[in-house]
Amino acid sequence: MTRAFTASLALAFVVLLVGFDLASAELNPYQAPAAFALGSGAVASGGFCGALPN
Amino acid sequence: MSQTATPDTPALAAAGWSKRAGLLLGALVVVALVGLFAGARYGMMLAIGLGFGIALEGMRFGFAGPWRAMILRREPSGVIAQLLSIAVVAVVAIPLLASHPGELVGAQAPVGFAMIGGAFVFGACMQIVLGCGSGTLVNAGSGNPVSLLALPFFALGSFAGAWNLIWWTDLGALPIITFGGTSGLLITLVLIALAVGLFLWRAAPGAVKLSRRHAIAALVLAALAIGNLVVAGQPWGVVYGLGLWAAKGFSALGGDLSASAFWAAPGSMERVQASVLTDYTSLTDIGIILGAFGVAAWRRGALSAALPGYPARAWVATVVAGFLLGYSSRLAFGCNVGAFFSGISTGSLHGWVWFVAAFGGAFYGIKLRPILGLEART
Repeated sequence: MTRAFTASLALAFVVLLVGFDLASAELNPYQAPAAFALGSGAVASGGFCGALPN
Repeated sequence: MSQTATPDTPALAAAGWSKRAGLLLGALVVVALVGLFAGARYGMMLAIGLGFGIALEGMRFGFAGPWRAMILRREPSGVIAQLLSIAVVAVVAIPLLASHPGELVGAQAPVGFAMIGGAFVFGACMQIVLGCGSGTLVNAGSGNPVSLLALPFFALGSFAGAWNLIWWTDLGALPIITFGGTSGLLITLVLIALAVGLFLWRAAPGAVKLSRRHAIAALVLAALAIGNLVVAGQPWGVVYGLGLWAAKGFSALGGDLSASAFWAAPGSMERVQASVLTDYTSLTDIGIILGAFGVAAWRRGALSAALPGYPARAWVATVVAGFLLGYSSRLAFGCNVGAFFSGISTGSLHGWVWFVAAFGGAFYGIKLRPILGLEART
């Protein structure tokens, strides 16, 4: 068995993750934030590993 | 074992170029689709993640390996490159954070008992599996079977660690201490210079101080990390996204997230219900896996290498260490990326404390790795 097999599994993992996600959550580009946070005037609100729950 | 180089035939060369063109086209299409259907910012975050994956795998740069090289062989090049990269990001990020409060946030977290213990455990585990937060993603994407197995347990550990985070932080923590503004930048750069001096002092005689490859990788990584901050409004992170994937799975299987103070918080619930294609760390994590996969597929022969053999105890150790990587990095308010790289470069004291604790843990991880059977059979 070669690394092609395990690398393909990693790729399949990503495809399954995104596929499952798209089946359960909708995307709406019209409600997307500005392309750049810097200069947008909006408060940063993404999840981050250093942040306590908000 | 030496191999005799064989010249390319035109057919082989054409097949190679067509595969590489396919990889480039595939990357562009995926980024464009996310930009189109999710939003331009999310498309750019995926592109930045791809850049991280390509840079880390393409230039064979990381965090666990250079620490191992410093500890075992006293080769400082990789660690100094990490600090150089952090310094470059700090020079841009700390002033930007001061001039754009709210729009941009740093990786700033409190120092506490659980944070220090978590960093120590993370440092040990990242040497056991020889993969840190970013390294596990890169290695999984390029077909490393140990990292591939560790990855889902890393995600479960991150989810579980976040679940219990409040309990752990209640054990005792200082207020968040940051080095901000011009004085904060100077303090950060002086501390980095002192750390570089310490590693140079401990370097083996004749060891390369900073290789050209490491220096280039450090600068590329710094540019991408600055891009991450400017686009997302927050620094580069890894672990949150992994925990979020597990939380989504838990919720889809009927699990009740309201029992956890962390996952029941409005912000967390909102992100669990939203698409991972709108979560910054998820996008860069996905990009890192895909970017590393792309580089491995691009390199001739990289994916045709035979998988190494490990004893059963190595696989058990990988599962346990993978889970602990995720769990401990939540208690430590980040991994080598979120706490060490992004914490220090955005002026958080916890990044420095994380570095010291994790480096201490790395000594034990290096000792445990062969005992657990993770030095591959040849």
